[in-house]
Order: sequence, then C-alpha cells, then structure tokens
Amino acid sequence: MYYLGITIIGIGIFFNLAGCVGLIRFPDVYNRLQAATKCVTLGTSSILFGIFVIKGFTPAGTKALLVMLFVLITSPTGAHALARGAYRYGVKLWSGSKKDEYSEEFNQKDIKISDERSRELSDERFGEE
Amino acid sequence: MIDIYFIFLFISCALCIYRIGRGPTPPDRTVAIDILGTVVVGFSALFTLTTDTDFYLNIALSWALLSFIGTIALAKYLEGKNFDE
Amino acid sequence: MNKIISYLLIYIIWLLLSWPFNPLKIQDILVGLVVAFIPVILFVKKSKKSFSKSSSKLEIKRIGWAILYIPVLIYNMIIANFDVLYRIISPELPIKPGIVKINTTLKSSMARAILCNSITLTPGTLTVDIKEDIIYVHWINITTSSRNVATKKIAGRFEKILKKVFE
Repeated sequence: MYYLGITIIGIGIFFNLAGCVGLIRFPDVYNRLQAATKCVTLGTSSILFGIFVIKGFTPAGTKALLVMLFVLITSPTGAHALARGAYRYGVKLWSGSKKDEYSEEFNQKDIKISDERSRELSDERFGEE
Repeated sequence: MIDIYFIFLFISCALCIYRIGRGPTPPDRTVAIDILGTVVVGFSALFTLTTDTDFYLNIALSWALLSFIGTIALAKYLEGKNFDE
Repeated sequence: MNKIISYLLIYIIWLLLSWPFNPLKIQDILVGLVVAFIPVILFVKKSKKSFSKSSSKLEIKRIGWAILYIPVLIYNMIIANFDVLYRIISPELPIKPGIVKINTTLKSSMARAILCNSITLTPGTLTVDIKEDIIYVHWINITTSSRNVATKKIAGRFEKILKKVFE
C-alpha cells in the first residue's frame, strides 16, 4: 500500500511541476490560467489521494479526502472568476489568437474597454487640475 | 524518496514566485498567487507523511479555504476597476 | 426537505473531519449530531420552489446517472492533463487560442454551475462568462468556426448526462 501511495504522489508532483512550467512558458493570461489550473488541480488532488491511500480510513485519511473534494470544487470556480476579472480589467488576448467573440458583448453597449479606461484616467487628471 | 518530492515542489513554488515578481500585468500576478495557494496545499499535506503528524492536514484545509476566498476577492477587485456594479 | 438534506450533508462532513470509527469514540458521533443543528438553524432558509421541485422526486435512475457522471469527469480530466502536458513540453507551442460562444439547453442554475466547472476541467477549455443561454469559452486550440460544432465538441458529452440527472 505504501509504495502505491508514493507512486500516486509522484505522478501528482510531476503534474504540479508541469503546470508551473506552463505558467512561465505560455504567452498570455488566459493560456497561463488554463495550463496552470488544470495541471495543478489534478496534481494536488492526486497528492491528497495518495495520502488517503497510505493512511487508509483513519482521521488523517478521510481529512485528506475532504480537502481533495474541496480543491476539486473551488479551483475551477476561482479560475472562472479570474478569467472574467482579467477580461474586464482590459487584458487583450494574445496577438496570435484566432477570434474573440466575447468582445461583441462590450461593443453592443458602446463601451470599448480601453477607451473607457483612458477616459476615466483623463477625467481624474482633469479633476486634479 | 519523499525528500526528492520536496525539491520538486520547491521548484514549482519558485516558478510561481518568479511569475509574481515578473508578470507584466496585475492579472498575471493574481493568477500566480492563486496557483501558489494550491501548490502550498499539496506541500503542507505532504508534511503529514514525513513528520507523522495529522495536524498539517488541518493547515491544508484552512489554507485551501482562505486561498479560495482571497482569489475571489482579488477577481472582484480586478473587475471593479472598470464597472461599478 | 431542504433542511434535512443540509443537516445530513453537514453531518457527513463532520464525520469525515473527525473519523471516530477507527478507534471507536461514541462521544464524537453524538456531539456531531448536536453540532450539525447550529448551521442549519442559522443559515439554511426554507426550501425555495426550484430546489424542492427537483429534489422532491429522488428516483433511483437519477442517482445512477449522477454516479455515472463521476468516472466520465475523471476520465476527461486525465485526458485534459496529458493534452496540456503535450502543449507545455513541445518546444514550438502548438496553440491557436480564442474565445468562442456555445449554447446550452440546461435550465436549472445548479446544472449550469456543474457544467461550467466541468468545462474548465476538460481538454483545452476555460469558461469565461455565462449570459442566459450562451456560455463564453476560452479554447486553447480552435479547430472549427461554426457554433454548433463547437457546442457539440465542448459541452455535448456532459450535457447529455446532466440533462438526465436534473430534468
């Protein structure tokens, strides 16, 4: 049982490392978010599952199972919130991107993000003067 | 064997911290902070095996909770820059 | 109905947190029964229409589909990880990213939340926003330009099962 658990933990750590390399290599926020969220979620879950395999049904083992469920539920939710936040902050997609259908949402209301922000900034400056 | 795992996890944390320091835009840094939180949960859970103390899993649980709340708060902050909702 | 389900859920979480069976501790089991009442009284409101409607007819079929959903999700997660791993390691970065719209036919908000989280965990896709029937998805490798094909490719495999569970 011990060696099976150690192997599962090893696979998880390999995925964790791969996710963090993806965080460095990809060109824009959204791609980084994709790579890192997927790899690190599965990596951490399998570390915790390995601990459950080693410890069995003891207080520590079931607690690890609970943490694993929690990470599996919250991590995609956090990634979704961050992607939305990054888009509304005004981060453009990478120049090699194929298409962006989300920008239609903002054009309908005659709000272009960059224009809005620059106007806001100039207003502030005007106020100071 | 587990000692080698710690080295790999340490490298992952270092890569995340590099992205926090380097990231050209604020959302980049926020993403790195979120990922660092999840990596630390695994780090802290692995301590249970080496020290044989169940205590560290409690830390992992509360860290996961706090990291999630922090991520949501940062995402709201990023959104609030443009639209007052 | 709402309160009973919440009470059972909280009690199960209590049991997982302090596993009192391995050296059997009866006092822990009993304390859990009392403590689980507190959040139910404080935070759980009376059952709304939508929730009670879907949970009033708990059939065995729907529970079976819900259990079937778990291995499908895990299989897709592992495929997703190898897909992303290939993109990270290969030196010329084979990505064609972009944001596409897809349609959903699910009605209840719970089913939609589960669908969005599943989309985030599966190969090369990340939910950005949801507006009524349209989900905006960031796709790392766009292979088609028509919306229907994209819908079938991204959401098709989950929607079939979720429809059977929730409707």
